[in-house]
Amino acid sequence: MQNQGNTVSKLHSEIKERSGQDFYNCIQCGKCTAGCPVLSAMDLLPREVLLCLQMGEEEKLLSSKTPWICASCFTCGARCIKDIDLSRIMEAIRAKILRPRGATCLSPGEIPKELLEKLPQQALVSGFRKFTR
Amino acid sequence: MSYLYFPGCTLKDKSASVMEKTALLAAAELGLPLEEIDEWQCCGAVYPLADDELITLVSPSRTLFAAKDRPVVTLCSACHHVLKRTRERLAADKDARDKISSFLEEEYPGEISVLHYLELLRDELGWDVLKDKIKMPLEGRRLAAYYGCMLLRPAEEMAFDNPERPRIMEDFLQALGAEVITFPFRNKCCGAYLAVTEKQVMEDASNNIVKMALEYGAEELTTACPLCRYNLEQTPAAKEGKIKISFFSEPLAEALNLEVQEVTS
Repeated sequence: MQNQGNTVSKLHSEIKERSGQDFYNCIQCGKCTAGCPVLSAMDLLPREVLLCLQMGEEEKLLSSKTPWICASCFTCGARCIKDIDLSRIMEAIRAKILRPRGATCLSPGEIPKELLEKLPQQALVSGFRKFTR
Repeated sequence: MSYLYFPGCTLKDKSASVMEKTALLAAAELGLPLEEIDEWQCCGAVYPLADDELITLVSPSRTLFAAKDRPVVTLCSACHHVLKRTRERLAADKDARDKISSFLEEEYPGEISVLHYLELLRDELGWDVLKDKIKMPLEGRRLAAYYGCMLLRPAEEMAFDNPERPRIMEDFLQALGAEVITFPFRNKCCGAYLAVTEKQVMEDASNNIVKMALEYGAEELTTACPLCRYNLEQTPAAKEGKIKISFFSEPLAEALNLEVQEVTS
C-alpha cells in the first residue's frame, strides 16, 4: 500500500519529521472527523488527510483547502484512539507549502480595512503566524 | 509570595483591556500581588506545532527565562497555552533547550511554574476563600462558562482540567454565587483565527456555541480568551443583546463590588 516514489517518500519523511506523528497508525475510525468543528468547510475530511498520506496522494493533499480551514483546536488529537496529533500533521502540510521563498497565504492588503480595525491583536498575530512563513 | 504577570499583546489593546483591569483589581483585593514582567514580548499567540521550528519558541522562552523561581501568571488563554507548552518543550527536549539557551545567552533556569489566573484562584487561593470574600453574590444570574480550546488541550501538556468534562470555570462561577449553566459546546472551538481568513466558517462555529448556550438558558457566556470573546460577539444573538459575552474577570470584579473605571470594551 505504501507508495515508494521518490517525491512521495520525501514528502512522507518531511511530514513525519516535522509533525513527529506516524500517520500509518491511523485505522480510519473517524473520531477526528466526527469531532471537527469546521468540517463543513473542508474538501478533504480530517481522516482523509491521513488516508492521503498513507496512500501517497501528494497532489490531492497539497492542493486541498483542509489544512487552511483547520483552526488548530486540538480536538482531533484529544480524541484519537491511536494518539495521533492531526493538528501537527496539518501544520507540517502548511509548512511544506509556506516555507519556500515567496509563498504566503495571507498578506495584510487582503484584509478589509474595516475588519482590520475591529479584530483583536491576537487574531492578527495568530493569523499571520499560521498563514505566512 | 508575589507572582509575575505576563499580559500579552491583546490585553493592552482596547478589545481586552477590560480583562486586565478587572483581573488586576480583583487580584489586589484578594491579596494576590501580580507584578508585570519587565520588557515582555508577545508570546506569538500560537504554539509552533512543527518540531523543527525553534525560532518562534524564542519569544515565549524569554518570558520563561525571566521568571527564574517565580510563577508566571497569565490571563489570556492563548498566552497561557503558548507559555505552558513552551515550558514543556524546554523541560523535555534538551537539544531545543540548549539551542534556545545559547541563542538567548542565558542559563535555563530549570523548573518554571506557569499558572493561569483561574488556577491561581483554584490552587493558591481556594474556592472557599474566594467565596468568603464575595460582597455582592451574583444571585439568580444565569452564567455559563466557555472554555474554548487553548486552556484545555492538549491535556497532557496543559494539565489544566479534564479536557472533555472541565469544571474549574463552573466552580469559579459558583463561588461568585451565580446560577451556573453547563452546556455541551463549552469546549468546542469558536473558529479562532479563521476570523481573519474564513469569516463565514468562524461565524458558523461561533453561532453553534452561542445557540447551544441560549438553549440551555444562559444569559451570559464568560471566557478567558480575547479571540473567543470577539468571535462569539459577532454572532446574531450577541449582537441583538440576547446573550452577553464577558471575560471571566468581569463577573469576578462585580461580585467583589470593585469599581472599574475608564473601561471601554
